[in-house]
This record gives sequence, structure tokens and C-alpha cells, in this order.
Amino acid sequence: MTENNRFEEARRRFLKGAAGAATMVLAPGVILQQVAQARPPSQPASSENRWGMLIDTTKCSSGCDACVRGCQEYNGWGGPDSNEIHSSEAQKAQWIRKVEVHDRQTGYSHSLPVMCQHCKHPPCVDVCPTGASMKRADGIVLVDKHICIGCRYCMMACPYKARSFIHEELHDQLPTAPRGKGTVESCTLCVQRVDKDGPNAVPACAEACAAEGHDAILFGDMNDPNSKLSKALEKYGGTQIRADLGLDLGVRYLGL
Amino acid sequence: MTAKVHFREIDRNNTGFWGVLGFLGLLLALGLFAAYNMEHHGHWITGMNQQIVWGTPHVFAVFLIVAASGALNVASISSVFAKTAYKPLARVSAFLAVSLLIGGLAVLVLDLGRPDRLIVAMTHYNFKSIFAWNIFLYTGFMAIVGVYLWWMMDPPMQGYSKIAGFFAFLWRIILTTGTGAIFGFIVARQAFDAAIMAPMFVTFSFAYGLAIFLLVTMAAMRMAERPIGSAILTRLKNLLGVFAAASLYFVVVYHLTNLYATEHHGVERFILLDGGIYTALFWIGQVLIGYLLPIAIVYHPTLGKSPAAIAWASVFVILGGLAQMYVTIIGGQAYPLILFPGMEISSTFHDGVVAEYAPSIYEVLLGIGGISIALLAVAVGMKNLKLLPESLEDKYVDPHASS
Repeated sequence: MTENNRFEEARRRFLKGAAGAATMVLAPGVILQQVAQARPPSQPASSENRWGMLIDTTKCSSGCDACVRGCQEYNGWGGPDSNEIHSSEAQKAQWIRKVEVHDRQTGYSHSLPVMCQHCKHPPCVDVCPTGASMKRADGIVLVDKHICIGCRYCMMACPYKARSFIHEELHDQLPTAPRGKGTVESCTLCVQRVDKDGPNAVPACAEACAAEGHDAILFGDMNDPNSKLSKALEKYGGTQIRADLGLDLGVRYLGL
Repeated sequence: MTAKVHFREIDRNNTGFWGVLGFLGLLLALGLFAAYNMEHHGHWITGMNQQIVWGTPHVFAVFLIVAASGALNVASISSVFAKTAYKPLARVSAFLAVSLLIGGLAVLVLDLGRPDRLIVAMTHYNFKSIFAWNIFLYTGFMAIVGVYLWWMMDPPMQGYSKIAGFFAFLWRIILTTGTGAIFGFIVARQAFDAAIMAPMFVTFSFAYGLAIFLLVTMAAMRMAERPIGSAILTRLKNLLGVFAAASLYFVVVYHLTNLYATEHHGVERFILLDGGIYTALFWIGQVLIGYLLPIAIVYHPTLGKSPAAIAWASVFVILGGLAQMYVTIIGGQAYPLILFPGMEISSTFHDGVVAEYAPSIYEVLLGIGGISIALLAVAVGMKNLKLLPESLEDKYVDPHASS
């Protein structure tokens, strides 16, 4: 194992050096920062990263559901053009939702989006009999739809109600986000973008929120102390929903 | 000395048997029709939704699986605890146990979103999942009880049947612990997340399994025109009363513990006081019909001696058991998840409100289809194997009776 790590380190140093030399020789003045930071498709997700988000609920406005619409559009679920034409409202998928929280004692109210919290110790992964429910090395919790048998135990186990079951045959799916009747799905943290752009990725919800002018959702690498996310977390803290469950969430909130 | 018991298949010319077989076959056809439709169209034709993800099929499936291990009681008592009085019924007990398990599993599998991927469940395992363990517990149960049955029925092997019986008994305790733990291990939901779920389910299984066993045995003996004496019925009905009372005890402890902890007051209020159908099913179905009524019947000085009343007590335990599963499984999901303790929450995804659920006809038919699979297996078994004793008169079962 350590042998492998040393090899890996040496290889990385070599690649970095080679990339640096190539940049100097081939493209003076042009630094291909994007390429250097993104993970090549041939490499697996690494535990060096832990992707997460910080959601500032003080910037999140009560009537706004831009994040939900952004997710729907990018991942092809729900909305007015939902392809779940037979399913009742209660049966339709919901990857992300806006939750209004009201303290009856003090009258304090606020609004926040809730989606898969990408737990470090995800109960959905624990209970899944086949291993379809899984956590990548970089902390993203996903469903392998090829081995999901549709038992819905993960939905029973999720404390955040983040998962949805597809109740019917779907047509007109997006090639980037395949969905299948009889299987479970949830927020992927826009994994395609993360794989393509690494720390520069912006999940669809965050993108839509920023476009709306709220800029309440910050994506980044919690393992990188220099990332904007880590710095914000260090400075402002961040609360986890149902922190008492000890699941160590990848999604943190401000102003809860 | 107890007289030697003879076992015999049900006669070929028994018209009642063929009638029962035909009726069960019809129920099975309806169940398969429902399963086909759920698989073909998807679950939108059921009442299940994103909030109530386990519905009526699970009520039937878990009930049958729990009852399966309980149906083995009689065989266990005869082999493990060496009570010879129960020996004439040990074969039916073991065969019924496997049959009920098959019926329950069939419902569970046919309700999957992708039943065609059953092979995936057999080839991909996540050993942290209690569901994955259960796959081994269920198949292991069938194998062990199968061997147990063989050793009971094959004269050269009969000497070993006690060992098999012991393993089967141990296995069934672990199996029902596993079934209870499916709910006990769910940390997220207020109604679950309790270690008591496992022993409580074991106790439920004693009662449900024995109730089904009593009904099946009484019906089969009557159909085959074979006598049942009062000695065995008295023993079994007393046992049923004890199991119903023990179940009630666990339910009281479970709710008292929850009532003590403020964080659970919401869910307790929902189940015990203002949960509508769930409250009604709990008090009238589970407690009154499932526990109090059968306890009163079996210990009543005159009713307790009537075979018809004992059969009714068994029916009540079964109905109460189905009500209990409905309250536990569906009620447990209907009560909203607590995302922000102490806060009021709302959303477009049923946060903070009780989830709505109305079972569709397909779900009910699938569940009944599971029961029919179990009973069909028992009927076919009794027709072709020497399961049923020729007589259960007192001289065959009562160790104190003279031959």
C-alpha cells in the first residue's frame, strides 16, 4: 500500500514536471489551469478530495426556488415538463426541495434547500443490500442504477428524505442523467460537472442560485484548506441538519 | 404411554381438498395478475409514494415472514424442549414454517422496483446491510428446516432430528431478530430506531405463527375428517394466550419508553391519539382484536374449551397482527421525519405533514397472493407427504393418557 502511494507520488511529481515543461515549451504564456486541476477520466475519484457545499440560508429567500428549477433542468426531473406523466404529485421524484422552517416560540422563519447531504457515514449506503447505494472516495453519494433492485430500504433509512423512487417508465431522458423505472435516485452533486471541472465545478443548484443574484450556495473541496469552501467554513462555521445523528455531512448550512 | 402416531397423506378423493386448492389457485392468479401489472406499469398504479415507500405488500410480506418463524414453535417445543405431546404436529409445524416464508418472500420480491434483478441480490452483497444478512437468514432457514423435516420423516435419520430441531430453533430466533432489526436499525425515523424492535418481533412471531398453525391444523384435520382431542387444543390455546400477552407486554414497554422521552412525544401522540386510521388500527385492531379479545377467549372458562372459539381467537390474533404491521410499517412512515427538532417545517415535498397513503387493489391482491402461495404449498405438501397425523385424539398427544 505504502509502496503504491510512493509510486503514485513519484508519478504525480513526474507528471506535474512534465506538464510544466510542456507548458513552457509548447504554450508560453498560456497556463492550462483547468486541465491541471480536473481529474482525467481514467483516474478514479480520490479520497484526497471531499466535495461539499455551504448553503448560506441568510441569503436564501423564502419564495425563491431557483435552485430546484436549476437542478430539474440540468438533471431532467420534475417541473412543468416532468416526464413522470402517470405518477401522482406524491409519487413524483424530488431531488432537491425548498423547506420553510418556522420557530413558533420566537417567530423566526427561514428558508433553505434540502437535498442529499452526502454524508460521510451515509445510512442509505449501510442498509443497501446490493451495494447499489454507494459513496465515492471523494464523498459523493450515488446510486448505481445497474444494481439497484428497487427495494427502497435506502429511502426508509435516509434521515433527510433525499431519495426518490421512479414509479413509471420514463421517456425523453437527458443523456447526462439517465433515470430508470423501479430504481432509486437522488442529488448527485452534479457529479458530471465535478468530474469534468474539479474544484471549479458549479453544481446546477449553485449556478441557478447565483444567476438569481442570491449566491447562497458555495461548492468546493472540504479537504483542501485553501478552497473557498474550507475558508468560509473555517471563518463562519456551518451547521449540519440533524448533527445529532453523527453522519458528518458534506452539505453544511449557515444561519440555521 | 402415548400411543404411536401414524401420519398419512390427505386422501385422493377428498373433494373439500380440491375445492380449497381451486380457491387458493384463484387467489394466486389474482396475486400474479397484480404483480404483473406492478412490474409492467411501475409502482404508480399502487398507493405507495415518495413518503410511504413500503406499503401494503410489505404489511403482508413482513407478517408472513414473522409468522413463518413462529409457525416452527410447535416443532421446536417437541424437539428442543422434549415435549412429546407436540410431536404429532411437528411435521406440519416445520412444513408450514417454510411455506409461510416462501409466501412472504414472494410478495417482497414481486414488490421490488426491479424484480427481474433478483439475481443481482444473490450476487452482490453489502454485508453491512441487515437486508443482505436476511437473504442468508431466509435461505438458510429453508435449508435447515428442510433438513429437519427430512430427518423427522425418514426413519433411519430420526435420531438426528433433535439436533436439526435445535439448529432450526436457534436460526429462527436469529431470523426474526433480523426482521425486527430491519426497523430497529433505522436511525432516521421516530417510530423505529429501537433495540426492542427485535425481541418484540420475536414475540409477535410466536403469536402470529401459532395462530396460523392452529387454524391450518384445525382446518386440515377437519377437511381430512380426522379427530382432534381437547388435550392438544388446550395446550396450544393456552400457549396462544401467553404469546398474545407477551406481545402486549412488549408493545406497552415500547410505548412507555417512547412516552418518557420528550423527543418521541410527537410520534406517540400520532399513533396513540390523533393519527386517524393508525390510531384506530392500533387500539381496535392491534390491542383489542389482536391481544385482549383472544386472551379473554382462550382463558374464558367455557369459551376456552370450545374449538370454534379457539379458532376465532386465532383469527383475531392474525387480524391484530396485520393491524400491527400496518401501524408499525405504514404508520411509522406516515409520521413526518424530524429535520429540525422543535421547529415547524413545510415544503412542496410533504415535510412536516402526515404522509397520505391509500392502498390500491393491486397491493392487496399481491399480499393475498402471498398468503395463497403459503397455503397452496401446505395443501400440496399435506396431499403428497406424510405430514398430517391420522388422529390427534388425547391418547396420541397426552403423555398422561393411557394407550
